[in-house]
Amino acid sequence: MAEDMPLNLTKGVTEVSGRVYDLHMTIFYICCVIGFIVFGAMFYAIIKHRKSRGAVAANFHESTKIEILWTAIPLVILVGMAIPATSTLIAMENTDDADVTIQVTGSQWKWHYRYFEDDLEYFSVLATPRQQIDNKLEKSENYLLEVDRPLVIPINKKVRFLMTSDDVIHSWWVPEFAVKKDANPGFINEAWTNVPKPGIYRGQCAELCGKDHGFMPIVVIAKEQADYDQWMAEQKAEQAAVAEEEQRLLALQMSEQELMELGEQVYLASCAACHQPNGQGLPGMFPALRGSPMVLEDKVAHIDIVLHGKAGTAMPPFGKQLALKELAAVVTYERNAWGNDTGELIQASDIQSRRNASN
Amino acid sequence: MTESNTTDDQHAGEHEHHGAPKGIMRWVLTTNHKDIGTLYLLFAFAMFLLGGAMAMIIRAELFQPGLQLVEPNFFNQMTTVHGLIMVFGAVMPAFTGLANWMIPMMIGAPDMALPRMNNWSFWILPFAFTMLVASLFMEGGGPNFGWTFYAPLSTTYSPDSTALFVFAVHIMGISSIMGAINVIVTIVNLRAPGMNWMKLPLFVWTWLITAFLLIAVMPVLAGVVTMVLTDKYFGTSFFDAAGGGDPVMFQHIFWFFGHPEVYIMILPSFGIVSAIIPAFARKPLFGYASMVYATASIAGLSFIVWAHHMFTTGMPLFGELFFMYCTMLIAVPTGVKVFNWVATMWRGSMTFEVPMLFALAFVVLFTIGGFSGLMLAITPVDFQYHDTYFVVAHFHYVLVTGAIFSIFAAAYYWLPKWTGHMYHEGLAQAHFWCSLISVNVLFFPMHFLGLAGMPRRIPDYALQFADVNQIVSIGGFAFGVSQFIFLAVIIKAAKGGEKSPAKTWEGAEGLEWDVPSPAPYHTFETPPEIK
Ligand code: HEM
Ligand SMILES: [Cu+2]
Repeated sequence: MAEDMPLNLTKGVTEVSGRVYDLHMTIFYICCVIGFIVFGAMFYAIIKHRKSRGAVAANFHESTKIEILWTAIPLVILVGMAIPATSTLIAMENTDDADVTIQVTGSQWKWHYRYFEDDLEYFSVLATPRQQIDNKLEKSENYLLEVDRPLVIPINKKVRFLMTSDDVIHSWWVPEFAVKKDANPGFINEAWTNVPKPGIYRGQCAELCGKDHGFMPIVVIAKEQADYDQWMAEQKAEQAAVAEEEQRLLALQMSEQELMELGEQVYLASCAACHQPNGQGLPGMFPALRGSPMVLEDKVAHIDIVLHGKAGTAMPPFGKQLALKELAAVVTYERNAWGNDTGELIQASDIQSRRNASN
Repeated sequence: MTESNTTDDQHAGEHEHHGAPKGIMRWVLTTNHKDIGTLYLLFAFAMFLLGGAMAMIIRAELFQPGLQLVEPNFFNQMTTVHGLIMVFGAVMPAFTGLANWMIPMMIGAPDMALPRMNNWSFWILPFAFTMLVASLFMEGGGPNFGWTFYAPLSTTYSPDSTALFVFAVHIMGISSIMGAINVIVTIVNLRAPGMNWMKLPLFVWTWLITAFLLIAVMPVLAGVVTMVLTDKYFGTSFFDAAGGGDPVMFQHIFWFFGHPEVYIMILPSFGIVSAIIPAFARKPLFGYASMVYATASIAGLSFIVWAHHMFTTGMPLFGELFFMYCTMLIAVPTGVKVFNWVATMWRGSMTFEVPMLFALAFVVLFTIGGFSGLMLAITPVDFQYHDTYFVVAHFHYVLVTGAIFSIFAAAYYWLPKWTGHMYHEGLAQAHFWCSLISVNVLFFPMHFLGLAGMPRRIPDYALQFADVNQIVSIGGFAFGVSQFIFLAVIIKAAKGGEKSPAKTWEGAEGLEWDVPSPAPYHTFETPPEIK
């Protein structure tokens, strides 16, 4: 009964999350019983031993026997709780013999997933449109718990996660797996899960990581092995196609209109959170792009900072996250929007040559 | 049992004769423990309202899903500064105010041992908080990294005003250390003849232990904020992996301060409740000695459990087990305290004046906070609770219905001693009942939000959390409004009202009840004799 309550801890889908749930309920019930006895005694005294009912105060104020007893009994109860807690913890921390290993990298404010055994990696960001957050559109069913590219894992396999971060501390949390581990910059943490049934599992970042901490959801899709294999093959084919397209693009000149339209989309999705939709930034926190000397004058520096980010600041590298075409478009957009009017168009080949230069 | 000697008129006259400053300068220059106690209490109440106003902004934003009132960055500033103000501006100064007023009177001393330092330790506080609040208006805004200011968010990605934050914390720390030294020296040296350690009122005992905790951990806080300062502005890399540092080390240092700090905010409450419950049960405190031992063991344990705030940072299994077992152990002495309070009520002759009402609410609600603390201690389950609203519920039960309720209890209990007038019973009852109901509407449902998966410190949330958040916000507004009743009670009692006898409460025990009400400006210039 308690496990069906929407307002209780989830029992989750894995063996470990089930054990965690049982542990939670056990301690909860023990607390209830103790509370019932203690508060019961207290309210009995409040009702019976009140002056207005003529109660006369007794004068006892010590009893070594009783005091030792109510030190000893709680100790025994605690030992009883510690035993199952210890065995569950040991199981949770055992990451040996994994079948699949996935590196999870947090950054402000997106997740990056890399499959160790397969040559596949991609970013996963919030998919809820800004208008819903600003109350201009009706909110979707999975408001704030939806991403553009979910993590996909096979069922009935031990999946090991390696957590790390590119900037601040984040925490990767999926309640239904009972997995929550911090992603620390410069260090790697481990966690694992083994999901027994296909489904979509949702979670969120659980460590204050800056302004958009509340907008960093996690979606995991667990698939049958065959479906998973097929998905993996599709991803690889798609990646190959994208790479080919990129090569073709290098020779191509995109039109101003094309660049600006795509550029605006990319800007709003990836840059506006900090630099603001109007390019004015947040004084003291995020620099303005509108009228910025780098944007107006230094094309090379502009491309480089978008590709590689700026160490020690909140500016992340987008070189891996965005396609050449998107990078070209967003740089063009920034150089021509909000009155920046440099009139310069940046093409995929410009981006590629900066990329080669820095390799 | 005691022989008081206070000849107030004579001393008041003498004081004038010294040419004591009048008007505002009396308060600026004062070295009198009662004046300084009053200043601390007024300051703490002002901060409580200011921090509360920020909480109202937070709850208004969370009333509905979506962003309606404030930007996420400003939301983070509100949560951060709310936490800092409540911890360092409201709870701690309120306890220091009570210590200043009551400790000398309880041990039969004429004043605190170091009165000039006492004046300084109060007056630097308003500067610290002005600086902190002013930073909100700087370009880039005030601190927005949570009151725990985890690196590297606070060292690398923080606003320019971080230097102000660091200096403000330094000043708060210096103030606390000076206050603590004063408390220790006073208790050790100025006890009236015959007042041996096992006759010390529990409030004095708990404050003595608290003062040692303060002296032990405030320098740790000063160290860690200084490291944040040099990492951010002077290119060191204590917490930067690229330079050979470790961001998790920040958390170890912070919580080595932070965990004892949460006990600093509850031990004096234990002393207050241990004074009030016997008074209104008309029966001596059950287990005085075990109360002292329990307090000391809680203080001792608090130094070896810090990492229970960091189970998810990736500790070795051995570390997780060690910190889990030690944390669970704290439940034992805490339990002893609760059982002793219940045993004190048992077969008493109880009445329910407002101080007692707050004390009773404290026992029940603090215990609920203790239960959720025990649940949090169980590491595998803490992975699920950590950084959710379950934790928010836990520490508000111990801090609001624990620390703050005990401060209210103390204020009502000693108000007649401070002002000489009884408070308005009807208003005080209204304050109690409104606070009690609203505070539970505010914090109890947060347990469920956390269990259902709502992370803490987020400005917007998924739709399934909407209904509960609405209830919580309504509770929040009601709790906020209720505090103005308290303000009215204080103003009324300060202005006048029914006169209080020296011993306001029939069952009250202690030296403070031997001096007239209001307590004269100078008390115990010749020490009372304790037999
Ligand atoms: C029975 C005694 C207590 C136990 C076993 C206990 C245990 C814990 C644990 C394990 C956490 C970490 C939760 C997490 O982040 O996952 C925590 C958090 C906290 N506790 Fe307690 N606690 C107790 C009493 C207190 C008291 C008396 C206070 C203050 C008066 C307090 C204040 C806090 C605060 C402020 C936090 C939040 C820290 C943060 O922001 O991460 N606790 N407690
Ligand atoms: Cu995050």
